[in-house]
Amino acid sequence: MTNVSDALLTLDKVGKRFGGLTALTDVSLHIKRGEIYGLIGPNGAGKTTLFNVVTGLYQLDSGAFDFAGQRYTQSKPHLLAQAGIARTFQNIRLFSNMTALENVMVGRHLRTSTGIWGALTRNATARAEERHIVQRARELLDYVGITTAHQTLAKHLSYGEQRRLEIARALATEPKLLALDEPAAGMNATETVALKALLQKVRADGITVLLIEHDVKLIMGLCDRVAVLDYGKKIAEGVPEEVRRDPAVIAAYLGGEAT
Amino acid sequence: MKLHRPANRHLALAAILLVLPFIIDALFGHGWVRIADFALLYIMLALGLNIVVGYAGLLDLGYIAFFAVGAYTYALLGSPQFGLHWPMWVTLPLGAIIACIFGVLLGAPTLKLRGDYLAIVTLGFGEIIRIFLNNLNAPVNITNGPQGISGIDALQVGGFSFGESHQWLGVRVDDVHLHYYLFLAFTLLVIFVSRRLEDSRIGRAWVAIREDEVAASAMGINTRNIKLLAFAMGATFGGISGGLFAGFQGFVSPESFSLMESIMILCMVVLGGMGNIGGVVLGGVLLVALPELFRHAAGPVQQMLLGKVVVDPESLRMLMFGLALILVMLWRPAGLWPSTQRRRELNTEEGA
Repeated sequence: MTNVSDALLTLDKVGKRFGGLTALTDVSLHIKRGEIYGLIGPNGAGKTTLFNVVTGLYQLDSGAFDFAGQRYTQSKPHLLAQAGIARTFQNIRLFSNMTALENVMVGRHLRTSTGIWGALTRNATARAEERHIVQRARELLDYVGITTAHQTLAKHLSYGEQRRLEIARALATEPKLLALDEPAAGMNATETVALKALLQKVRADGITVLLIEHDVKLIMGLCDRVAVLDYGKKIAEGVPEEVRRDPAVIAAYLGGEAT
Repeated sequence: MKLHRPANRHLALAAILLVLPFIIDALFGHGWVRIADFALLYIMLALGLNIVVGYAGLLDLGYIAFFAVGAYTYALLGSPQFGLHWPMWVTLPLGAIIACIFGVLLGAPTLKLRGDYLAIVTLGFGEIIRIFLNNLNAPVNITNGPQGISGIDALQVGGFSFGESHQWLGVRVDDVHLHYYLFLAFTLLVIFVSRRLEDSRIGRAWVAIREDEVAASAMGINTRNIKLLAFAMGATFGGISGGLFAGFQGFVSPESFSLMESIMILCMVVLGGMGNIGGVVLGGVLLVALPELFRHAAGPVQQMLLGKVVVDPESLRMLMFGLALILVMLWRPAGLWPSTQRRRELNTEEGA
């Protein structure tokens, strides 16, 4: 492992099984602060499982991971969100019957504190916090490029807007690591270009990005480093150009034996 | 008076609500004021259940248990049963707190359940409470079993009793009217609390859990605590309503807290418009008033049209009730008054 001190997320031999199926086998990798890290691999390779493990939706069976200096063997989604991991989902999971603005406002839940008493009395603190939540949510919607549809229900937004709304909602939790599960899936070429620009902007603002993606062009043009999973094992890691020429990777994608 | 000005509209509404019992009394008679009192109790219950079902999306079929807890707390501490006669300002809040605790206790084991499974388990809990109340007369007699508790103290504050008529400036105000005002005050309080919570960080977290629990937890919402909070708030409203019910009736027995009552309250929430306070209030009023209307009207109408009573008014009442449910679900599946209103309010605020 190179230079562990600047690593934000380090996986240490993480394993995950579902009954007899081994979804992840001793996966170790480290993601440095400030980089865009790509995770690729054929369908069923365990990419989303890995996401679910580091965001607390699944409990790992072996190994551990370190995030921002804290070691985890088991945790809960809201605690990892608290620690600074925010994610989007492969099949968009927005709060469909809430407006775009409300979706992002929910993302602020974690970093705000108004309780029952504040909600009932609407004292000065609660009102100020509520104003701040709305303002921040509006800024984030503008940031991801949803400028006019703030009051539209999430389910009525276009597909590309829904993907970007998920990113805005995740950013509202003030993450250190933004984990995106196939953000470009189903996007057209223009939307993908906009997404790429958005992710570069996110990184420029100091947020580390972890990306699962099938769009090789996007991965190659965006990621600093890439890891390849196949059948739950990491078969390659490195800068995109290198990984692309790796025989094991070619074999995994095209089938057949590595030569 | 310009009725479109919100302040004026509120004033007009307040005036109507204030004189309403006298209007009802003059037009339909005393019995209907009593029905209005019950409608208010049911509205409080429906608003409590609305927090659990409407906001947080947790289908609770045993909600009447919290009504029972509030009612029995009031009854046991203010009746000859134990010879205790604690004042209302102690027993009512105590009933609310105990109901709240029960809300958390019964909510905690169901946290991992969703949808149908949650409904079945809560249904079971509701029945357990009722069966307990039914059987806690032996070996030590606590609840007096199926006979229930009678002779419960009337609701009273200081020396002022809501259970008897009073004479002010030559106007006789009956106990049902007084209860109406008391219940109205509590209902308005419950509405106020609901509205404040709905439009807050907590309310948004409830709705987020209803919409997608996994996404909500990934956004950092502690779903366990927020769900328990919903159960606790809903149960508290139920407990308050239960205490008022016990003081109003002067008698409680386990049969007032059957599964049918839970379903009735759920119907108020669903028919009126889940998650919308106005809709829930409307649902409560309709589902209390319409069956009563049928009870009173079905006999005479048949007599007039057919010359004899063909269908027993009581069974006709349930028949019409079922029909009404089906029709509303067919034509207005989101309820009579669904919760788009709030969104429009948000929009206009933005424009201003």
